[in-house]
Amino acid sequence: MAARQQLSPALRRLSFVRTSSPSITRQVALQQSLSLPARCFSNTRPQRFQRTPPAAAVQGKFTSETYPDIKRDSRFAQLTEQHVNYFRQLLGSESAVIDGVTRNDAADDIEPFNTDWMRKYRGHTRLVLRPGSTDEVSKILKYCNDNMLAVVPQGGNTGLVGGSVPVFDEIVINMGRMNQILEFDEVSGTLVAEAGCILEVADQFLASKGYIFPLDLGAKGSCHIGGNVSTNAGGLRLLRYGSLHGSVLGIEAVLADGTIVDDLCKLRKNNTGYDLKQLFIGAEGTLGIVTKVSIQCPQRSPAQNVAFFGLESFEQVQLAFREAKGQLSEILSAFELMDEGSQALVRQVTGNKRPLEGEYPFYCLIETSGSNADHDSEKLQAFLEDVMEKGIVVDGTLAQDETQIKSLWAWREGITEALSHLGGTYKYDVSIPLKELYQLVEDTRARVDAAGLLGDTDEFPVRAVVGYGHMGDANLHLNVSTRRFDERVEKVLEPFVYEWIAERQGSISAEHGLGVMKKKYIGYSRNPTMVGLMKNIKTTFDPNGILNPYKYL
Amino acid sequence: MSALRILVPVKRVIDYAVKPRVNKTQTGVETAGVKHSMNPFDELSVEESVRIREKKRAPGGVEDICVLSAGPPKAQDVLRTAMAMGADRAIHVEVKEGEDLEPLAVAKLLKSAAEQQKSNLVILGKQSIDDDANQTGQMLAGLLGWPQATQASKVEFADGDTVNVTREVDGGVETVRAKLPMIITTDLRLNEPRYASLPNIMKAKKKPLEKKTLADFGITAEKRLKVLKVTEPPARQGGGKVEDVDGLVSKLKELGAI
Repeated sequence: MAARQQLSPALRRLSFVRTSSPSITRQVALQQSLSLPARCFSNTRPQRFQRTPPAAAVQGKFTSETYPDIKRDSRFAQLTEQHVNYFRQLLGSESAVIDGVTRNDAADDIEPFNTDWMRKYRGHTRLVLRPGSTDEVSKILKYCNDNMLAVVPQGGNTGLVGGSVPVFDEIVINMGRMNQILEFDEVSGTLVAEAGCILEVADQFLASKGYIFPLDLGAKGSCHIGGNVSTNAGGLRLLRYGSLHGSVLGIEAVLADGTIVDDLCKLRKNNTGYDLKQLFIGAEGTLGIVTKVSIQCPQRSPAQNVAFFGLESFEQVQLAFREAKGQLSEILSAFELMDEGSQALVRQVTGNKRPLEGEYPFYCLIETSGSNADHDSEKLQAFLEDVMEKGIVVDGTLAQDETQIKSLWAWREGITEALSHLGGTYKYDVSIPLKELYQLVEDTRARVDAAGLLGDTDEFPVRAVVGYGHMGDANLHLNVSTRRFDERVEKVLEPFVYEWIAERQGSISAEHGLGVMKKKYIGYSRNPTMVGLMKNIKTTFDPNGILNPYKYL
Repeated sequence: MSALRILVPVKRVIDYAVKPRVNKTQTGVETAGVKHSMNPFDELSVEESVRIREKKRAPGGVEDICVLSAGPPKAQDVLRTAMAMGADRAIHVEVKEGEDLEPLAVAKLLKSAAEQQKSNLVILGKQSIDDDANQTGQMLAGLLGWPQATQASKVEFADGDTVNVTREVDGGVETVRAKLPMIITTDLRLNEPRYASLPNIMKAKKKPLEKKTLADFGITAEKRLKVLKVTEPPARQGGGKVEDVDGLVSKLKELGAI
């Protein structure tokens, strides 16, 4: 085996030859994820409702400058030395309090907690607390609530809507020290872990037991499962394992006044009263701080296959999706859509050889996961032959080995990264009824083109309008790739895109939440009655509004 | 120039992306329930053969590309993959699971096969990633008495059955020239293997696959080497984390570093 290991650098070169940019293969992204969180996250398939004004990104502007409408709430107290002393006494350990209030040399230490990974949002906090237990979280919050100090709960800080960084001087409560896996039941597959446990760590632990975490996303090397639950992250495995609303069995959370809500249920069934834990899932830390999670983990599938094919129209994509559901049924684990525009950009950036000889308006990637490799590949082959004979699919390929599986996935996962290399991108992560899913891209492209902004040469601010996404979840990522920041582009896109989605009862934020960025657009997807009820819930859980203010609602 | 009749031996090995594990009895690597695929170097051989035909690089043309694999029934999967990539036909020499052939036996088998198939060019992977012997091509050249060009990164054809091969050697490249019939073994930078397209995967199912036994080549699976023990390299000692500067200082003191 030694010889095999000696060869491995050479073989890695082989994979270089194939994919040329190893950073967009899943394997390598995984290895690098801890050292390069930003790069890693750019591989994520679930792209949030993200819009990157390039100018702001470069300068690292304060969120309070980017959004001048948001004013600091004067009800909140200013941090004093006395407050800091309390926290220092409470948490004891030196590393648990990063103090920029009484010390002048802490600015560099605090900066990473003030800024998100895209350097798009930047707050003014001067105090970071890193509690090590639920009890400490409770005492911190009780003190903050009594003294009217606003707080921001923070996990891996990999979000895209600015939900995990402060806007003004809110205290950052970082969960990174609460990172233990507490228990795992090998019979039922129930995992209990602290909120700060890194997703990839949890998944690797589960892999050693033959189980899988029911959530996977590009940021897995940095993101915390507490953050995943608080943002109701979607990701790659949603088609197969469903949303976190189904797989999370129990939550322990701390409310604004320090009350510990112990709902760390490990049962699959529990019909006793209102299911309150659901409120914390996707609440983005506005109702309480999630400290522990118990989650139902499915068996890991030993056999995986990936097919990639080209189609002539969106009608055929829909037909292919129906056939895939029918013929592959229980083994279908992903059905991803990419248009030619997005693939051309990946090709332009990575220089990789495209999987298919010809070019087609649409491409789909199908992944199957099952327990029997022979059974699965037979089924997949039969399906592929069938859709080719029926003329639904024009051309395609089937991965013959693990390396090909990874490099085919790179054509889907690499889109975000490719776009980020080319300049600023307006990103809309939307959910629309499947029938009209791609219509949004066409309508937006026509609109941008009609405004004279879209073109191949440098005089046009917009390079391309592309679409891709999780076909299986009716989740589209509309991306407008720009050469430079131009106000006209934003005017053409907004509120047009939101109105278009609202007309079709779609969601303006399919899997990534509201944060600072989408706070004011919630009305496009939720009616006033709903928003009113939400506000009532917020007041019940957090009467002083100290939890993650200026965001969400 | 004579038309090329290319013989491409391929091997089914544990997928290179899978981490190999030593079996319980420490006699080899666990293969049951592990994903297998074509030896990556053999993929390069298949790709190169198909490109020689497609790009019409050989003045005499390519008459036949035959892939051959000696292994368990599952080895037919890699033969089908090779045919989906563009090989014309396949020969499967059935060898029972666990009765692996040593390089010399493989070389003898290939000698016999090359003679039977009237091959004038054999393109092999320089080594298989499971036992990493890097011997078969050289032994085959010796047995046949043909010239060999190993670790090829570029293959060019000239008039009069001449082939120029650029090889990767320590510190640079070396170009060698030989005449057909000859042996070439492939190295990583020779080409970039293609994805087998769906229509070709389907066509490959109808291409001829001949089943043979070792006896058809007058070979027995005798062993000259005996594996005494297979073990994993010692695990790397993990590092530890300290809470703060004081923790670091006391740890360093404890270790006698300061």
